Amino acid sequence: MHRLTVPISDEEIRDLHAGDTVYLNGVIVTGRDAAHKFMIEHFVKADAIAAEDQELHDELKRLLDGSVIYHCGPVVQKLDNGSWKFVAAGPTTSIREEVYQADVINYFNLKGVIGKGGMGANTLKACQEQPAVYFHAIGGAASLIAQSVTEVKTVHKLEFGVPEAMWVIEVEDFPVVVTMDSHGVSIHEKVEAQSKAKLAELLA
Amino acid sequence: MEKIKQPDLTDAFTELIRRAATDLPADMEKALADAKGREDDGSAAKSTLETILNNVKLARKNATPICQDTGTPIFEIRYPLGVSTRVLADQIRKAAATATERAYLRPNAVDSLTGKNSGDNTGVDFPTMHFHEWDEDYIQVDLLLKGGGCENVSTQYKLPDGGLKAGRDLEGVRRVVLDAVHQAQGKGCAPAVLGVAVGGDRGSSYLKSKEQLFRKLEDTNPDAQLADLEDRLYEETNELGIGPMGFGGKTSVLGVKVGVQHRLPASYFVSVAYMCWANRRARMTIQLNGEEVEVNYA
Repeated sequence: MHRLTVPISDEEIRDLHAGDTVYLNGVIVTGRDAAHKFMIEHFVKADAIAAEDQELHDELKRLLDGSVIYHCGPVVQKLDNGSWKFVAAGPTTSIREEVYQADVINYFNLKGVIGKGGMGANTLKACQEQPAVYFHAIGGAASLIAQSVTEVKTVHKLEFGVPEAMWVIEVEDFPVVVTMDSHGVSIHEKVEAQSKAKLAELLA
Repeated sequence: MEKIKQPDLTDAFTELIRRAATDLPADMEKALADAKGREDDGSAAKSTLETILNNVKLARKNATPICQDTGTPIFEIRYPLGVSTRVLADQIRKAAATATERAYLRPNAVDSLTGKNSGDNTGVDFPTMHFHEWDEDYIQVDLLLKGGGCENVSTQYKLPDGGLKAGRDLEGVRRVVLDAVHQAQGKGCAPAVLGVAVGGDRGSSYLKSKEQLFRKLEDTNPDAQLADLEDRLYEETNELGIGPMGFGGKTSVLGVKVGVQHRLPASYFVSVAYMCWANRRARMTIQLNGEEVEVNYA
C-alpha cells in the first residue's frame, strides 16, 4: 500500500507497479470529455493561447504540474454559503479520452490519470515516457469517494455543465489501484488477453 | 366513462427517484456480498467488492447517489383505464427536476446539438417513459437508472454472424452474448446484470433487453429453454475471468435474463443490455380510492 501526496515525484511514480493500491492526497482537477477536447484545441494544439483563455491556461499549468487529472463528472451540491460540496464522485470511463490523453499528460506534466476501464496503447506509452501511471478508481463507488473530497477549491468551465466542468478539489486518502504503470504493464491488456483465450475455448 | 380524479403524485415520484438512486435493491446487494465471499483473499476483486458494498451502505445511510452517473431515468408505468398519461408524464418531469435540485440526480440531460446541459434532467424525450394500460385498478411505476458507461458497452447483433459462427438459434444467441461480455471487459462497471432480447426489430429489441433488467435476480424464466440458457450464460460469462472492474476474478456477471419477441422472417436481432453492478431499480404502487391515495414502495 502506498500513500502519495501531489506533486508526485518521478521516483515515486517509478516505484509503483500494476496492482498496487494507492491512497492519493492533495489538490487534483476533474476533467472529462469536454475538458479534454477544450484543452487540446485551446492549449495543446493551439498556435497561440487566446487572451480570454490565458488565465485558465496558467492556472491549470500550475495546478496540474506533478498532479493528476480525474475523469469524473460529479454530483455537486451548492451550499447556502455559496460553496460547493461533492455528493457523489466516482470515475467515468476513461477510454473516450484516449485520443487526447498522451498529449495532455505531456503538456501539463501530469504524473497520473484517475479513471475507470483503463486506457490504450498511446496512454501506456506516455506513462512510460513521462513517467506517469493510470490510477483505477472503483466505478460506481461514488458516495464513498465523495467522502475523500475534503474541499472544493473552485470550478472552471462550469458552462460545460456540472459533470463536464473542471472541479479543483482537495482529496484525502482517495483509494485507487494502479492498473497501468510506468514500466509498460497494463492489467487491462492482461485480462483482455486471458478472457480472449477463454472465449475462444468456450466458442470452440 | 367515469374520469378518475387524478392526484398530484409529484412528491411520490421524487421519493421513487431518491430510492432508486440511493438504495440498491436487496437482491443486488446480496449477490455482491455472495460474490465477495467467492473471490480470493487479498485479491483486487475481493477488495473492489468490499469497496462497492461499503459504498452501497454509505449511500443508503446518507441518501446520496450510489453512483454519480445517475443515468437515464427509465420509467415503466402501468395504469388503469381513465388515468391521464399526459398528467403523469408532467408530474414525472417535475419530480426529475426536484430530484436534481436535491442532488439525488446529477443533471444528465444534454442538448445533442448545442451540448448544453438542461440542468434539471428534463429535455427532448428525457426522462424516458413508457406507458402501458392494464386491467388492475392501481398504478404501478418501475424506475431504472441506467448509467452511461454500461449503456456504451450495450450492443446489438444481427444473426447470422459469420465471425462468431453464430446462427439463428439459441446457440447463436449464446455465442454473441459471450462475445459482448468479452468486448465490454470492465468498462461497463462489472460485475454486470445482462438483459438479453432475441427477435423484434432493432428498436423493439433494445427496449426488450432493457425490460429484462427490471427482473429480480432470483426469478426463474417461465420458458424452460430460456431458463437453461440464462443459467448456462451465467456460468460461462463468469469463466471469462474479467472480474469486478475488469481487474480479473471470478465474478464478471451477477445475473442473465433473456426475453423473446416475434421477428420478421428476414431479421434475427440479439440485443444485450449491459447493466453495471449498480442496477438501480425501484417500484411504487399507487392505489386510487376516490379522495384517498395510497402509495407503497417496494
